[in-house]
Amino acid sequence: MHPAPSVIFFTAFSGLGFGLLAWLGIGLPDVTGRPAFGYYFIGYALAVGGLLASTFHLGNPKNAVKAFSQWRSSWLSREAVLSVITLLVIAPYAIGRIFLGTDWALLGLAGAALALITVFSTSMIYTQLKTVPRWNTPATPVLFQLYAIGGGALLAGQGAVAALLLLVLGAAQLLAWQKGDRRFAEAGSTAESATGLGRIGKVRLLEPPHSGRNYLMKEMVHVIGRKHAQKLRIISLLFASLLPAGILLFLPASYATVLLAVVVHVIGLLTARWLFFAEAEHVVRLYYGK
Amino acid sequence: MTSTKVAARPSPKVSDEVRQTTCYMCACRCGINVHLQDGKVKYIEGNRNHPVNQGVLCAKGSAGIMQHYSPARLRAPMKRVGPRGSGEFQEISWDEAYEIAVSWLKPLREKSPEKLAFFTGRDQSQSFTSWWAQAFGTPNYAAHGGFCSVNMAAAGIYTMGGAFWEFGQPDWERTKLFMIFGVAEDHDSNPIKIGLGKLKARGAKVIGVNPIRSGYNAVADEWIGITPGTDGLFILSIIHELLRAGKVDLDYLARYTNAGFLVNDDRDSPDYGLFLRDADGKALVIDRATGKPAPYDARGVKPDLAATHEEGGTPYRTAFQLLAEAYLDERYAPEAVAERCGLSPERIRWVAAELARVAFEEEIVLDRPWTDWKGEKHDRMIGRPVSFHAMRGISAHSNGFQTARALHILQILLGSVEVPGGFRFKPPYPKPPEAHPRPHAGVTPGKPLDGPHLGYPMGPEDLLVDEDGTPKRIDKAFTWENPFSAHGLMHMVISNAHAGDPYRIDTLFMYMANMAWNSSMNTAEVIRMLTDKDDSGEYVIPRIIYSDAYSSEMVAYADLILPDTTYLERHDCISLLDRPICEADAAADAIRWPVVEPDRDVKGFQSALIDLGARLGLPGFVNEDGSQKYADYADYIVNHERRPGVGPLAGWRGKDGKGEGRGEPNPEQLQRYIENGGFWISHIPEEAQFYKPWNQAYQEWAVARGLFDAPAPYVFNLYLEPLRKLQRAAEGVGEIQPPEHLREQVKSAMTPLPHWYPPFEQELVSEDEFPLHALTQRPMHMYHSWGSQNAWLRQITNVNKLFVPRKVWEENGFEEGDWAYVTSPHGRIKVPVARMDAVNDKTLWTWNAIGKKRGAWALDEEAPENTKGFLLNHLINELLPPRGDGRRWSNSDPITGQAAWFDLRVRIEKAPPGPPSEPVLPAQKSPVGRGPKNVAYGEDFK
Amino acid sequence: MTTLPAKTEKKLGLVIDLDTCVGCHACVINCKEWNTSNYGAPLSDVDAYGPEPEGTFLNRVHAFEVTPEDGGCAQTVHFPKSCLHCEDAPCVTVCPTGASYKRTEDGIVLVNENDCMGCGLCAWACPYGARELDQLAGVMKKCTLCIDRIYNENLPEEDRVPACVRTCPAGARHFGDLGDPDSEVSKLVAERGGIDLMPEQGTRPVNKYLPPRPRDSAAASGARLEPVAEEPKGFLAWLDKALEAI
Ligand SMILES: Nc1nc2c(c(=O)[nH]1)N[C@H]1C(S)=C(S)[C@@H](COP(=O)(O)OP(=O)(O)OC[C@H]3O[C@@H](n4cnc5c(=O)[nH]c(N)nc54)[C@H](O)[C@@H]3O)O[C@H]1N2
Ligand SMILES: Nc1nc2c(c(=O)[nH]1)N[C@H]1C(S)=C(S)[C@@H](COP(=O)(O)OP(=O)(O)OC[C@H]3O[C@@H](n4cnc5c(=O)[nH]c(N)nc54)[C@H](O)[C@@H]3O)O[C@H]1N2
Ligand code: SF4
Ligand code: SF4
Ligand code: SF4
Ligand code: SF4
Ligand code: SF4
Ligand SMILES: [Mo]
Repeated sequence: MHPAPSVIFFTAFSGLGFGLLAWLGIGLPDVTGRPAFGYYFIGYALAVGGLLASTFHLGNPKNAVKAFSQWRSSWLSREAVLSVITLLVIAPYAIGRIFLGTDWALLGLAGAALALITVFSTSMIYTQLKTVPRWNTPATPVLFQLYAIGGGALLAGQGAVAALLLLVLGAAQLLAWQKGDRRFAEAGSTAESATGLGRIGKVRLLEPPHSGRNYLMKEMVHVIGRKHAQKLRIISLLFASLLPAGILLFLPASYATVLLAVVVHVIGLLTARWLFFAEAEHVVRLYYGK
Repeated sequence: MTSTKVAARPSPKVSDEVRQTTCYMCACRCGINVHLQDGKVKYIEGNRNHPVNQGVLCAKGSAGIMQHYSPARLRAPMKRVGPRGSGEFQEISWDEAYEIAVSWLKPLREKSPEKLAFFTGRDQSQSFTSWWAQAFGTPNYAAHGGFCSVNMAAAGIYTMGGAFWEFGQPDWERTKLFMIFGVAEDHDSNPIKIGLGKLKARGAKVIGVNPIRSGYNAVADEWIGITPGTDGLFILSIIHELLRAGKVDLDYLARYTNAGFLVNDDRDSPDYGLFLRDADGKALVIDRATGKPAPYDARGVKPDLAATHEEGGTPYRTAFQLLAEAYLDERYAPEAVAERCGLSPERIRWVAAELARVAFEEEIVLDRPWTDWKGEKHDRMIGRPVSFHAMRGISAHSNGFQTARALHILQILLGSVEVPGGFRFKPPYPKPPEAHPRPHAGVTPGKPLDGPHLGYPMGPEDLLVDEDGTPKRIDKAFTWENPFSAHGLMHMVISNAHAGDPYRIDTLFMYMANMAWNSSMNTAEVIRMLTDKDDSGEYVIPRIIYSDAYSSEMVAYADLILPDTTYLERHDCISLLDRPICEADAAADAIRWPVVEPDRDVKGFQSALIDLGARLGLPGFVNEDGSQKYADYADYIVNHERRPGVGPLAGWRGKDGKGEGRGEPNPEQLQRYIENGGFWISHIPEEAQFYKPWNQAYQEWAVARGLFDAPAPYVFNLYLEPLRKLQRAAEGVGEIQPPEHLREQVKSAMTPLPHWYPPFEQELVSEDEFPLHALTQRPMHMYHSWGSQNAWLRQITNVNKLFVPRKVWEENGFEEGDWAYVTSPHGRIKVPVARMDAVNDKTLWTWNAIGKKRGAWALDEEAPENTKGFLLNHLINELLPPRGDGRRWSNSDPITGQAAWFDLRVRIEKAPPGPPSEPVLPAQKSPVGRGPKNVAYGEDFK
Repeated sequence: MTTLPAKTEKKLGLVIDLDTCVGCHACVINCKEWNTSNYGAPLSDVDAYGPEPEGTFLNRVHAFEVTPEDGGCAQTVHFPKSCLHCEDAPCVTVCPTGASYKRTEDGIVLVNENDCMGCGLCAWACPYGARELDQLAGVMKKCTLCIDRIYNENLPEEDRVPACVRTCPAGARHFGDLGDPDSEVSKLVAERGGIDLMPEQGTRPVNKYLPPRPRDSAAASGARLEPVAEEPKGFLAWLDKALEAI
């Protein structure tokens, strides 16, 4: 799939944001007043910023508001509705924390749960797509959650817990890649099944329908070299998981360390998310001989 | 949030108005319904009532809108202001354009009309343009047929009075086995597809003979991936098998062919190989009833095909015996030919067996009584439901004429021509060679030519050479080099004119042919000839007038441009005098008319020619008082009479508008055509629909409609005597003798019964050096160079890769995305490659005419057509590689002069990857600017 | 609503005959032509005369090469592809705006462009590459089964078929109700063993493809003609006899 920056930013940052908000919702760190404002600001900025980024790839953004209408059937719609609800639910909790010094725990818990459900629904936008076998597995929501919770923990300054979560994330990511590399073949779609010509023999594309590129090819037939992917995988594993975990575990705790860990993690996250799209093979490529 | 879903049964208005005319996105001439809204073309669909396309429309036809609004349309007459090829022009008025043309042409006509060479492309007004040229008085006129498919046309006419192509069609309704040779698309574009669809719906079998398995060959049940240039061998081998098994239709052969004609069998006789004739010149046969010679067409005579005869001590044998002897020869046995053809002997045997099985065991019988030319009544029509079609794959070779003859002979031996289930002629065919004119080149300054330019020579006496053997025509048509060049040799005009061989000309006038690009062999060299100057700094070809509708490559090489309209903006007639739209069951013709008016200062070319004819005072174009006779082409179409009562259009003639074919001009005629959907059709009565050359009812019907003036039944020429006459001259008999250097060629190539010989170029180059064949195919969705200016069509194919058979691919270690050098004896090009498996493993191929020159067609200079597309033409030469005899031999069929595009031999090797394709030619300036960035056609109708 | 109807009254769709399709692209262009000036936004062409022309098409024809496993001769198959109007259309259920829907009355899958926000998710969900986001209009385009033709009372009855069907020169495209076992198209599918593309995707396409009939069976048949004579002389004797018979 085409790794569009808007979608990468959307999923990465909104995930981080909701992850952070989830931690805040369960009262970790237990902050009020000014510091609380800082945390919530970051959480909201990431979540809302991510959501806004997602609108950049819309062809017809004036209809974006209609995306709230199909929550009964569409994960994308659910995601839209849930993110707004989540932000609305967390808002009074945050206001309480920042301005009133209160901890309406139940509201916070509800907000935290909603934040994670929002992340889940984001992940389901991809998970549901049978057309992209690499995504169409439980690993996708698991990873999205781990990125959100792990990254959130990091942002929430949860030191060792964050480090642990990031390590789990790294392991999960490794596993997902391994499994993912086999998913396309396992899913069973081939040039033969795509054309129904398998009963005659082996099928290969002779001529594409048009000489040039088209929307489908640009959007869904992204091909990335194996070596290149391998390099990026190492980078993202290092940056998203191992390095920040190491920083948290082995460097003295301070804002600076956390900041460093966050920066490193975000680089890893963006790389991993880039790969998430770039490596995902859509079955339509079978019609284009890829 | 309101949503506005479409109504359950939406019924939007389709358009304000439908105007019916004839498509011209190619030469197939389908009927179209042009939907207009607010005066703009909204939608084009096929006309369901039209005989050609029956409602369907091909990709090109559907893209007509984009052609009509093409940014490459010329806008006004232009005169060249920069050097030739630069593309620098100045727009001028029509008056100025005419003045320039007249100032060039008038003096020529008065002194030496032959100094004007007027050649036209694939237009559909040849009966008109040739008439203009005749009135001007130049012998140098022809259309594009010589480089296109004259082998097919001439072999068909000489053998059976009509060819495939536009002259006939399989009996799509009834045929059970259809065999198609060397066709990618053809002129009968939609009809072939409709026909194939019918066969498929019935589950009838299709055999495709083609080195490449795409298009029609992709849907063929059996694919014969023949090696290029060897079809003649393959066909004669099938004939060998059929004869050996006695699977030929003897009754048919005896009745309808010259199989029973007695041929002089005495090698020492001056008439060796000629027919025995009576005092009236009638060929004689031995009547089976009497055992005596009798005129072949006499009532009750049944020719004995097995007869021998002696007369005055001279032995005679029937043509059929010569034929059997020729083809029973072991050299045509499947084993002997298989390897050369790239096939297995079993495959060839199977084809022969299957043809025989379907022809003779699945015979069709129609209970339709009919009467033959000898007055014999038949109560049934017997059909042999095998049919054939062939096109340039067999004809664009230097052995194409004889190959096409062989194929016709195969059809005839099976008794499948003009019978139910077989191949059927479309009026005005059948029409044997004798019924066509002879070629003329008699020039008198200031006067018309002494007769029609083109025709069918019947012997050496009809050739157009001076006493000393000098060709009379600039293209050397109808000379010993290519005696039966019935369509002229447009591909030789520029190079002969440049060489001054046989003489120099002054003005080259061309219409609708991109001669500086895809219709020329050796394109870069042709461009050089067009721009070459002599010592005095004058162009070697001093003046070039050209009519195009679009900013093609050729436009840049002309001095004066007469801009044509698009096909939706002008009058045209698709006439029975020319290449009409008839069907096997009907005569039909059609018109085009301006369904929208041009928004530019352009004029239908024929109307311009009428104006020019009048300004030159050409007979037929002016009244007695010297005033212009026809206001425009529409006026000509209605009022011109070629013979009394016979004019360009056959429908609604006469004062009452009831005349069919014959009748005086009817001022309402065009209106009647428009009311009828743009065409006229007259059905052939049932009893006249088959056996047309021998069917009394058909002959009478045709005479009544003005197709010819008296019944003219004839028999098919298995044995082609006119060729024997040429051969005989080459053997030294007769007054008119070929030049020495051609003697051997005439003797060996012009056999009266077709034999296979290897294509010339293949003989001359070493197989080790150039082991591969290279071909082009027409894309079904593109028409030569026109398609690339079309925003929709060009997206389908704007790069043509060279397809490489798997074996060659692997030998060269090619990978996807690679580029290669392809080298022929004449040059080298660099091209992108792609792998193909379903292709003859000695054959490379690519789509035709996708490559474009920078600056043409209003395309961006970086368009893929310019940077990655390529022309194979750079590798093909109009002349053969030198034979070491100091002469330059033309790369064409020795009988017809047909350009041998497909004889090309090449080798291939890996090249550094990436564009541009080579050669890279300098850009020409676009006289019409560039197309817009984006198109959203249809926006205006929302 | 982007939920799918449990059942549709009809299953209108196309049957495409791969045994007959010659790959002429007529359906591609006529579809473009009809649909650019009818239903919804025009089908735009970006960089129309430039180096990278790229337009919206609702139907495209691919060419495949199929090589029998037993080493037989490779075959070329021209392969037109447009929306298959799936019964379990994933493109519909993913749509967040409700723009994509499947009609209860005839099963046609449509995009209501007034609602579409151009997110592209439906195109991701379609296994067949049947949806293209128009670059200029920014809305999702797909085959409408020519809904504005098939019911159009301004068209003569016989023309109330999709543009691609009406134009196909080879008659390789058929239109009808695949929900009705007695319809012409259903019979054709039954007779010729019509197939689904990518059944494993579980989309249950309405459109069916008729596979190419077996090819190149001749090679194995071994059929040949029996000679009547080996020699030219023998042939003459045969000829004499044969002529007697007519
Ligand atoms: N390599 C290779 N070369 C080939 C062939 C091949 O098979 N392989 N085939 C050969 C054959 S058979 C042919 S027929 C030729 C064809 O080659 P051309 O005759 O050159 O064909 P076109 O490219 O169609 O060019 C015709 C010209 O007519 C112009 N034109 C189009 N419409 C109109 C109109 O309405 N009015 C006027 N006045 N002009 C118009 C076009 O703009 C174009 O410049 O190519 C030959 N060249
Ligand atoms: N869409 C479209 N239609 C056209 C045209 C166009 O440009 N576009 N051009 C029109 C014109 S001018 C013409 S002349 C006709 C030509 O119509 P076609 O004759 O169909 O034209 P080509 O594409 O030259 O096809 C030649 C075919 O012969 C095959 N072939 C080559 N050599 C051999 C051989 O030795 N043996 C056999 N058996 N096959 C061989 C090639 O593989 C190819 O398939 O088409 C007309 N119709
Ligand atoms: S075949 Fe196509 S382009 Fe040619 S006349 Fe017919 S519809 Fe027009
Ligand atoms: S083919 Fe694709 S767009 Fe059409 S209904 Fe099926 S999934 Fe949806
Ligand atoms: S692009 Fe339009 S139709 Fe497709 S899912 Fe998005 S909103 Fe729905
Ligand atoms: S049914 Fe209509 S919209 Fe669909 S592919 Fe055919 S022509 Fe295009
Ligand atoms: S129009 Fe018909 S034959 Fe041509 S590509 Fe489309 S389906 Fe195939
Ligand atoms: Mo041609």
